[in-house]
Amino acid sequence: MKNIFIFIRRYFNFLFFLVLQIVSLILLIRYNQTHEAVYAGVANEITGRINLQYNKIQNYFHLKENNKLLLEENTRLKNMLRTDFESPDSSRLAVLDTLVRDTLGRQRKFIWLPAKVVNNTVSQQLNYLTLHRGANQGVKKDMAVIGPQGVVGTVIDVSENFSRVMSLLHRNSKVSSMLKKGNIQGTVEWDGKDPRFITLRNIPKSTPVAKGDTVVTSSYSANFPSDILVGFVDEISKDPGSNFLVIRLKTATNFYNLEYVNLVENVQWDEQRRLEAAPVKNQ
Amino acid sequence: MSLLVKNIIRFILFILVQVYVLSQIPPLHQFITPYLYFLFILWLPFNISRFSLLLVSFLFGLTLDYFLSTPGLHAAPCVLIAYLRPFLINILISQEGAELNYAEPSIKSMGIAPYGLYVLVFTFIHHFYLVLIEWLHFGNFLYFIGKVTATTGISLLLIFITEMLFFRKQKFRTNTA
Repeated sequence: MKNIFIFIRRYFNFLFFLVLQIVSLILLIRYNQTHEAVYAGVANEITGRINLQYNKIQNYFHLKENNKLLLEENTRLKNMLRTDFESPDSSRLAVLDTLVRDTLGRQRKFIWLPAKVVNNTVSQQLNYLTLHRGANQGVKKDMAVIGPQGVVGTVIDVSENFSRVMSLLHRNSKVSSMLKKGNIQGTVEWDGKDPRFITLRNIPKSTPVAKGDTVVTSSYSANFPSDILVGFVDEISKDPGSNFLVIRLKTATNFYNLEYVNLVENVQWDEQRRLEAAPVKNQ
Repeated sequence: MSLLVKNIIRFILFILVQVYVLSQIPPLHQFITPYLYFLFILWLPFNISRFSLLLVSFLFGLTLDYFLSTPGLHAAPCVLIAYLRPFLINILISQEGAELNYAEPSIKSMGIAPYGLYVLVFTFIHHFYLVLIEWLHFGNFLYFIGKVTATTGISLLLIFITEMLFFRKQKFRTNTA
């Protein structure tokens, strides 16, 4: 017995070394097997807090990258929106879908109605379309008209069974639009010359624009749902008198062969207009 | 600053640098993992008892392990070099009583050649043992050899830079002072 104690005292450091080695290896093996190392919970709590502090700093440097990723994801999701998939709607809806809330509790904002084009001009300075759908079928003034390929125009007159649409190819038509790349807001007009081309204005000169870029309806547009195709950049010129670019667009919609279009009503627009018309109280 | 406070600060700094700087470096090659943290053990004072040297090294390795979530992987090599440290220091110290006159191992206290050997040997032992444990878990022999060599090289470079950047002033201690 005495000898054992002498042995232990003599080789204490070596034994302690062995014990620590064995503890280390047991920790390693047990952790890899079960992920339940001794004190792992406490240790994780402490290291986790320190890691959190570090991440706060680290995340700051990754903001740019994260923004880019989020933007890409957003774009991908936007591409899946229902409004991006427009096919010629040949049905004539007999019953109007007037559901205000869906089962998830989301408020409906836009109601889409199919309509047949019965008259269409492209050769005038002031072009109009006539749709075979009127007030009796739920058409109201200022509803947006969207064709299978993109924006067509805005309803300006409604009769009982017909409605009149100011085409995008109209000297007075103005559609709030944006470059899909970068969401730069501008206005689309028609200069009255060539029905294949329209003009995008109010894009700052600093904006990077390339030929072929997509222009869609802006998110500020009240009557048009956002991200509806307007056209594609065809020619970019600088307006010498202002700080803006003048961009010629090729229209997304082929106005020559329009047959069916969709009418879109923004059912929340009244509320928005009431709010915007109200005098500002907090000044 | 007392030795204890100095070493506590070093403990924290070495862990933080290893976890948040060296382990964050994007992998250059599968063989290269920059390790610097064990320099803490090499810098511990001469007069620390062997028991506390082992204990401190074990805690140091384990702390790093919990940050890297590999409990035991770094603790084991730390304990090994802590155990071997006094033997090698006894062999390498040429001047009689250098461990009494200086606080801790450094170029000045040991001389450049013995100190270089001291660092080289322990770097190699540390990586050899560390990669050996890794190798027993996964990996092949080429991985083992390559990683020991490459990691030792990188570590020596890092230690060299550290020694240059943080030159440790060593006071010559005499009994009379």
